[in-house]
This record gives sequence, structure tokens and C-alpha cells, in this order.
Amino acid sequence: MFPMIEDLRRVAPELVLCSVGTLLMLLEPFLPLSRRRQISTVLAVVGAVVALAATMYPLRNAGTAFGGLLAIDGVSVFFHLLVGAVALLVILASGEYLTRENLAAGEFYALVFFATAGMGVMASAQELMTAFIGLEMSSISSYILASYRRRALKSNESAMKYFLLGSFATAFFLYGIAMVYGATGTTFLQNMSTGAQNLVLLRLGFAMIFIGLAFKVAAAPFQIWTPDVYEGAPTPVTALFSAGPKAAAFAVLLRIFGTVTTVHEFWFWALWISAALTMFVGNLGALAQSNVKRMLAYSSIAHAGYVLVAFAASNRIGLAAVLYYLLAYALVKVGAFTVVSHLGGEGERRIEINDYAGLGQRQPATAAVLTLYLLSLLGMPITAGFLGKFYIFKAALDSRLIVLAILMAVNSVIGAYYYLRVIVVMYMREPQESVAAVRLPLTVGLVLVITAAGTIYLGLFPNQIMDFVSQAGLLQR
Amino acid sequence: MHLLTVITFLPTVGALALLLLRGDDHVWIRRLALTTAASEFALSLLLIPGVPVGAAGYRLEEVHAWISNPQINYHLGVDGISLFLVVLTTFLTPIAMLASWKSICVRVKEFFVMLLVLETGVIGVFLSLDLFLFFLFWEVMLLPMYFLIGIWGHEHRIYASLKFVLYTMAGSILMLVGIVWLHYLALQLDVDTFDLQVIQSLLQNGQIALRPSAEMVLFGAFFLAFAIKVPLFPLHTWLPDAHVEAPTAGSIILAGVLLKMGTYGMLRFCLPLFPDAARKFAPLIAILAIIGILYGALVAMVQPNLKKLVAYSSVSHLGFVVLGIFAFNAISIQGAVYQMLSHGISTGALFLLVGMLYDRRHTFLIREYGGLATPMPRLAAFFLFVALSSLGLPMLNGFVGEFLILLGTYQQHWLWASFAAAGVVFSAVYLLWSYQRVFFGEVTQETNRTLPDLSVREKWILLTMAAVILWMGVGSTMFTRRFEASCQNVLDRMSRAGAYSAGRTQVPETTVSHTPARLPTKRALERSGKR
Repeated sequence: MFPMIEDLRRVAPELVLCSVGTLLMLLEPFLPLSRRRQISTVLAVVGAVVALAATMYPLRNAGTAFGGLLAIDGVSVFFHLLVGAVALLVILASGEYLTRENLAAGEFYALVFFATAGMGVMASAQELMTAFIGLEMSSISSYILASYRRRALKSNESAMKYFLLGSFATAFFLYGIAMVYGATGTTFLQNMSTGAQNLVLLRLGFAMIFIGLAFKVAAAPFQIWTPDVYEGAPTPVTALFSAGPKAAAFAVLLRIFGTVTTVHEFWFWALWISAALTMFVGNLGALAQSNVKRMLAYSSIAHAGYVLVAFAASNRIGLAAVLYYLLAYALVKVGAFTVVSHLGGEGERRIEINDYAGLGQRQPATAAVLTLYLLSLLGMPITAGFLGKFYIFKAALDSRLIVLAILMAVNSVIGAYYYLRVIVVMYMREPQESVAAVRLPLTVGLVLVITAAGTIYLGLFPNQIMDFVSQAGLLQR
Repeated sequence: MHLLTVITFLPTVGALALLLLRGDDHVWIRRLALTTAASEFALSLLLIPGVPVGAAGYRLEEVHAWISNPQINYHLGVDGISLFLVVLTTFLTPIAMLASWKSICVRVKEFFVMLLVLETGVIGVFLSLDLFLFFLFWEVMLLPMYFLIGIWGHEHRIYASLKFVLYTMAGSILMLVGIVWLHYLALQLDVDTFDLQVIQSLLQNGQIALRPSAEMVLFGAFFLAFAIKVPLFPLHTWLPDAHVEAPTAGSIILAGVLLKMGTYGMLRFCLPLFPDAARKFAPLIAILAIIGILYGALVAMVQPNLKKLVAYSSVSHLGFVVLGIFAFNAISIQGAVYQMLSHGISTGALFLLVGMLYDRRHTFLIREYGGLATPMPRLAAFFLFVALSSLGLPMLNGFVGEFLILLGTYQQHWLWASFAAAGVVFSAVYLLWSYQRVFFGEVTQETNRTLPDLSVREKWILLTMAAVILWMGVGSTMFTRRFEASCQNVLDRMSRAGAYSAGRTQVPETTVSHTPARLPTKRALERSGKR
């Protein structure tokens, strides 16, 4: 069947991303060596902006595409904007990094684009095989990105671990799809609620799908890869990992959860236990870290746990809370990893927490924004992180998940300790050695300004976003 | 006119203006900060005519829609109880600034920015009438205090500041769960609100029917946050550390204002929202408060460290406040509010004096001093005056609060009052004994012989404080008459709510509001006892 023009318009963001990515790869050899990096960067930034702009069409024209394989609805648009924005910010932030590490720019951006396109497909997929294709697109690009600093041992280790464990998880996902297909005779989500022949098979299938996705969002007990991969990957790539693929995997989870009503019963305890476990594993693990990247990796595990609490609540405000939280979280994590990348210096040498001693005096602006991000992760009011947490509390209590809400409260306090510890080091310790302050490149500064302003704006004026994410019919059924 | 908004955010505006100044321009940074704080104090005095004598409800209210989903309003208001707490805050902030005029010389700009932001947070806590907004200010105010202790504190400042934040946060996050739960309960009636007054009236007229167990859990969630802040024994362990490590200005604000946020919260939220649970827990809380009074005093007695001594005396004095609140008696509650104010002034002044000694000798250890009255007669005189006010000498401010608390408590439970009265005696012991060791006798250390007496700046700060101490001691009715009605109002809400949820007819309002001391609450207590 030949795709209709309407179908193509509805996947405009993916089309833009894929074609710009391909263009970047093809163009790279023909560009003059001296200006190669700059031209690629400019092209990539323009491409990302166009991809974001292309999301406007689906925003106004909800519906399905390709015979129901893709659902273009509020959730899809939201995640498109989210992963698109993450890609744009990561591209802006990585220019400095690639120059410093002397890595090729064109392929890097192309891989970011392909990964983002995959995430976009995941966000809209209403059919499991399509979701799988999106997952593979994003995963394979991610494996390569993780190893992009290919002369560094850690980067290779990171990619290897990610690849092996990741393929294992995708296999689970695929096997789950097969079983669900066996039980229901369909891979379309909207047809799965009824007519299941074999309930055991169906349960087993959805359990496997859950495992596959739990791996991608780094939920316990499938989180084991996260710290190593986050630590070893080039820091801008870590920024992408912590925000993009995670959000996309949550989008798939959300769509399955929202469309297939039988899943609620299957998954409730899995979600409950996984949420509780994830929060504790993440926060307790982060307590023991001395490396900023590893600490942020554990913190991102913990935050996946908070989001799972909202899933377990499975009510309207819970859906809104998931979306709001992921947005708030993505802004902060991209910002924080950008700061880490900037401060890391050549070869990522300064990524221990103690390396930040005296930063409050040496680089007050950078220290201030990093403090803001940490406070948002901690859940301090007037930042987006606080409202996100507040909405999750609200969702949990509305569904009377009181124990889970209290566990989350306990975890917030545990988390406060390690976030504050970084602030302590930055402001209350004297620097150990004199490190020359590196000037903040314009692009990195821009990323920091956008993410910091967004964090405060969302924390003070959440109305527009909340109105959007809590409207009825956000999720097409 | 948005007086309350202006008062809340003027310090923040001042702080932002400070950020524009050059970091090494210490003179102008100090001047601008002090000007802001002083004009803030002047503005806050405008509130006093805004709350007429005998008016119980909230005045000067401001309501604006803020977040639409769920409905959260920006709602400020002031009543008799919060009125003087705000004035106390705006009074102590410039004092704290003057106290650190010379002693803070690193990162001066950040220091004053933090003090001003802290002022906004504290005032916001006292003025918020929306539970969400209240929580927001409650949490935000932690940060500047954290930095004040952590950056400009003494040797173990990092440990102390982390302990302070984590303790408070542990309590307040549960309060957030409680707040969200209250909103959920209101939402069941299709009332989407975090507004304190609306939720209170829903609870009061029984539209939200709480099971006793649920009420107790909710009460606990709020009470724990406040009890940590007060701090109530056995949750007080963060306080001595925080005080000893904090710079003088931090200690003044911490003891003077921040601790009162806890007792204010009990009075504003725990009692009116969950009266039955409050009654059930009252004996337990009173026992903890009495333990705090005696324990604080006894530990203060054996402290070798002067600042720690004052810190433990705070534990003891705040025990009185909690006891007064949970005696559920109009007089004792008035006493509690009065004690909050006078403790703010007296203990603030004590920390100020201890800070002045530290500026001269860089130690808090009592044994390092001795015979200081010889080189520093003026400082010694002020110290004695303040110590006497703190131990409750009649005619000075400390006496009024303690006397009212004991009087009111005695009418309810004579046993509680008699134990607490022992605390008054102990406070005389530790204050006078330490005074004797520091100021009287021969000069024991040669370095102390040449210590300079008060500078002009210090003299004027102390004179102001002393004047307020004396004024609050002799003119106490000028203060009490403005919060009398609000205190009675707290009790009224409790009794009526109690009567309703006990399934009885309402107590006629006349008997409630015109028999001041003992009737309504005692009756209600008996009722709930029978149940």
C-alpha cells in the first residue's frame, strides 16, 4: 500500500529527522575539513528546529496514520516535542564536547537524529511491532553513541554492556509481543482488551513486555546497567540517554497501559513493587557515589521509580503527572549533564564530586544553575521538580496508594542528602587545586539558560502544560 | 493596596537589587540590605492598625488564582496571631544585619541576599492561608538558612546544616502528603481547593467526615513537621548543633523566628483542623513538652558552651509554648503566643550578646571567660538585663508569657502546671549561674582583661532590644488585646468541631465566646473522654 499524503504529514517530524540525519552523514565527507564541524552543527541545529516545528501539524490534526499503526494524539505530540527538544539541547551542548575530545560531529548528530526518530515512533506506536521498530531504531543508535568516545576504555565498556543487556531486554519485549499475539491474535493495542483466548499466555506476554520496557526506563530490578552505561558514555550522550529513551519507553508503557484495560490488573502489583524497589535502589545507591555521573545515574533510577508510582495510581491526574514529571525531569537532567560535560574538561577528568569544591566562587553562574537542577531533582518548591512530585503524590493519594506515597516521601528525604552533598561541596568547601575557569561557550550557555528558565517557569506557572496534559482524549483509544 | 504582598516580597526585591551590586562593594551592600530591612520593618508596622482589637478573622486578605489544576490560590491574610510574628520577623532581620555588620567579611553579598530571602520565606509562612502556598514558603525558607549555617558557620557547620535541612525535610514531606490528602477529601465533595478556611469549614461542619484513625494520622503528619521545627523533645537534637554552628545572625533568626513557625503551625493547623485528634494526643504532647522544659533546662545547666546553653534554653522555653497550646485554654494560648514573641526578643538578644563575646574572643566556652564585668561593664549590664528577662523576672517580657501559660494550664491540669513551674526555677539557675561564671569574680584569663566594651553600634542594638524587653514587660496588654480574639477563635473552632463530630448538638456560640477561661474546652474534653 502506498502511503497517503496525510500519513506522511503526520509523521513529518520523523521524516525530517531521518532525512536530515542521512543528509548529515552524506554531506560530511564533502565538507572542507576546516569548517566541517561548524557546518554540521549549524545544519543539525536547523534540522532539530525544523523537526520541532514539524510537530505543529500533528498537533492540529489528531488522528491515526498508516492504517492505525501510529496514533497521532496529545500524548504523541507531547513526547515528540519532548524528545525533539532534548535532541536540540543535546546537539547544542555537544558542540563544545566534540571539539574538545576531537570527535567527528556529523555522524554524532546523525545518530542523535536517528535515535530521536525512533523515540518519536515509539511515542506514537499503537501497534506493538511498530513500537518494537521504534525501540530498535533508538536502541541501536544509542549503542553506537555510547561508544562514541571510542579510544576511551570506559566508553567501550559502556557500549558493550548497554548492547548486551539491551538486546536481551529487546528480546524479552519481542517475545512478549509474540505471546500476546498468540493469545489475542492481534498486535494492535486497541483490539487487545477483548477476545483473549489464553489468559495465561496473555499475562505472560505482558509480563515480558513489562520487563523489556522496565529495562529501558531503568526500573528495578532491571536497572543494573544504568550506572555503568551512564558513566562510560560521553556526557552529552548521557544527557540524551537519561531524558530521551527513558521518556519514549515510558510513552510506550503509557499507551499500553492506557489502551489495554486488562493490563491494569496484570501490572498493578508489578508496578507497585517495581516502583518501591526502584526508588530505594536508586536513592540508596546514589548515597554511596563519589562520581557525579554515577550519582546522577542512580538518581535517574530513583526518578523512574517516582514516575512508576504515578503509573500505579492509574488515574487521570496520574497520566498528567507522568507527562509533567517527564518534562520537568528531562529539562533538569539535560541541564545537569550539560554542566557535568562542561566542567569535566578534556578526557572527562573532573567528574568526581570533590572536583566541584569551591565552584560557587570560581564559577558562580554555573554553580547556581547546577544548584537549581539539583534542587529541582530534590523537589524544592518553585522548581518544576517539586510540582512534578506534588502531582505524583496527588495521583497516588487519589487512588489511595497511601503506603506507596509514604515510601516516596521517605525516598525524597534520602534523595535530599546526596543532592545537598553536591551543593555543600560547591559552596562550602575550598577548592583543592587551582583550576582555571573555562569560559562557558555560547551554545552551552544557551542550553543552561533554556533549561534553568524552563525549570523555574514550570515550577511557578504550570497551568498551560497542565491544561494540555490533563485534557480529555489526550490518549487515543 | 496589596500590603501583604508588598511586605512578603519586598525583601526578595531587595535581594535581587543586591545581586546587581559589585561583590567587593561591601559598604553599599550592607547599606542597601539594611535599608531594605528597615523599610520592611516600617511597612510591617502598617499591619498593626489593619488588625483591629477584638477582631478574630483574617484581615487584609488577598486572593488570586494561581494554579488551575488543581485549584491553588495565592491567598494571604493576617490575623492577631500572625500579626506580631510578622513584626517580630521584620524587627529581628535588621537587628541580625547590624549584628553581622563587622563579623561577616567573606561573601558579604551572598550573606545579605540569603538573609533577605529568608525573611521573605518566613513572612510568607506566617501570612499564607492556602495550604499549598504555606508549604511552598515552608520549604523555600529552608534553603537560605541552610546556606547561612553552611557557609558562614563555625567549625562543624556542614554537619550542622545538613542535619538541620534533613530533619526539617523529613517532617515536612509528610506534611505535604497530609496536605494532598486533605485536598483529596475536599475533592470528594467536588470542592477543588487548598484554601485553609474552606477546608477548615468543611471539616468543622462535618461535610468531610474523618474517621478518628484518619484524623489521627493526618494530625500526626502535620504535627510531626511542626514538632521538629519547634523542636519538641525528643526531636530537638538538630537544634543545639545548628545554633552552635550558625553565625550570630543565623542564630538570631533561627531562635527568634524559625522555631516559632512550628508553634504557629500547631496553633493554625493542628488545633483547628483536627481538634479531636489534638485532644487525644494532648496528654502525650504535654508530657513531651514538660520533659522538654525540664530536660532543656537541666542540660543547659551543665553546658560548658555558652551558645549551646542558650540553645538548650530555647528547647526549654519552647516547651512552655507547646504546653500552653495543648492546654486548650484561652489564657494559656494567649500566653503561648506571648511567649513566642518574648522568646524571640530575649533569646535573640542573648544570641546577640554571645555573638559579641565571640567576636572578641572567638570562643563560646564558659571557662575561657570569667570576671568580664571588669573590662566590659556595659556588656555585662545588658547581659544581666536580658538574662533576667529570659528567666522570667516580673516587669520584663519573659514573665508575662510564662505566667499566662502556667495560669491557663493550671486551670486545666494543675499537675502539668506544677511540673512546668519547676522549669522556671531551673531557668533561673542556669542563667544566673552561667552569668556568674562569665562576668563575676576575678578576671581569670589575661587576654580578657583588655577586651573592648560595647561599640556605639552594639550599644544601640542592645538599647533597642532592652527597650522592647521592658515595653513588652510593662505594656503587655497592648499586645495581648490584639491577639486575644484570634486565640479565642482557635478554641471556638475546636469546641464546635468537637461537638459536631461527637454527634452532639452544637454548643451555643454564646457560651463559647463569652466565658473566657475554662468552660468550653473542659466540657468538650469530658465529652470526648466519655465517648
